[in-house]
Amino acid sequence: MTYFESYLTVGAFIALGALLVGVVLVLARALAPSNPSAEKLSTYECGVDPVGSGWSQTYVRYYLYGLLFVIFDIEAVFIFPWAIQLESLGMFGLIEMLVFIGILVLGLVYAIRKGVLRWE
Amino acid sequence: MTVDAWIAEPVNWVFSIVAVVILFTAVRVVTSPNVVHAALYLVAALAGSAVMFLLLSAEFVALVLVLVYIGAVLVLFLFGIMITRAPTGFDEGLSNDRKLVSAAISLVLLGVLSWASLSAFGTDTVNTVGSPTATEILGDAILGRFVIPFEVVSFILLSALIGGITVARRDLTPLEEEERKAV
Repeated sequence: MTYFESYLTVGAFIALGALLVGVVLVLARALAPSNPSAEKLSTYECGVDPVGSGWSQTYVRYYLYGLLFVIFDIEAVFIFPWAIQLESLGMFGLIEMLVFIGILVLGLVYAIRKGVLRWE
Repeated sequence: MTVDAWIAEPVNWVFSIVAVVILFTAVRVVTSPNVVHAALYLVAALAGSAVMFLLLSAEFVALVLVLVYIGAVLVLFLFGIMITRAPTGFDEGLSNDRKLVSAAISLVLLGVLSWASLSAFGTDTVNTVGSPTATEILGDAILGRFVIPFEVVSFILLSALIGGITVARRDLTPLEEEERKAV
């Protein structure tokens, strides 16, 4: 199986997923009776009337979590090539990766000591 | 390559479709009247670029694009938009009247970049993936020959993390520190 043939599987999954969504939407439109009223068209929010608009501001505290997530996401990206070559790299690779992760754990320790991860 | 040979290759079809999608979404990123929608069009443009990398047999770069850019950076963009703009609805004031100048500059940039890449790599062909795959070669390279730069990357990430925390978070005053300990 060549490179592009192996991605045919991915393509088939994408096509099937899109098809499933399309079929479900069309079926729902075709089968469901349509009798809208003001109450039915209002946004569902746990059964009570919705408060405020959907385009609201979020809490600034989430931003720091997002920032930390980007850093550790990039760290995770470097782990993948190592994981693929795990056996041939052996002990040396393991120690190198532990040093790499260790340095970034220092950052996590710093964040915890600073109280960044504490929710108040 | 003749036109018939081009049409016979299914990879070229995928390339053309994805290229059109990238062009459309990239234009919508700058013309969309809603910043949240612009960020979501950027997701589509980046996903298209990931497919382009897949077509070039660069699987690792494609997945990094999905993981880091779509998974993390775009989330940060959306947070940034939702924190700073309220309400984040439609905004007619996003465009200004210097569209022609920016379009001209973009075209010049496109020309320079195309010329540079064609003159540097115009005759190269991309090797299709065999064994070892590109990711395996990369793993050997970053933990073999480039192991010191790889460890330096962890220091760069550490400094980015500490810098981000320092910029984004104000230190507590001694009084507030006391209050927190008391709780």
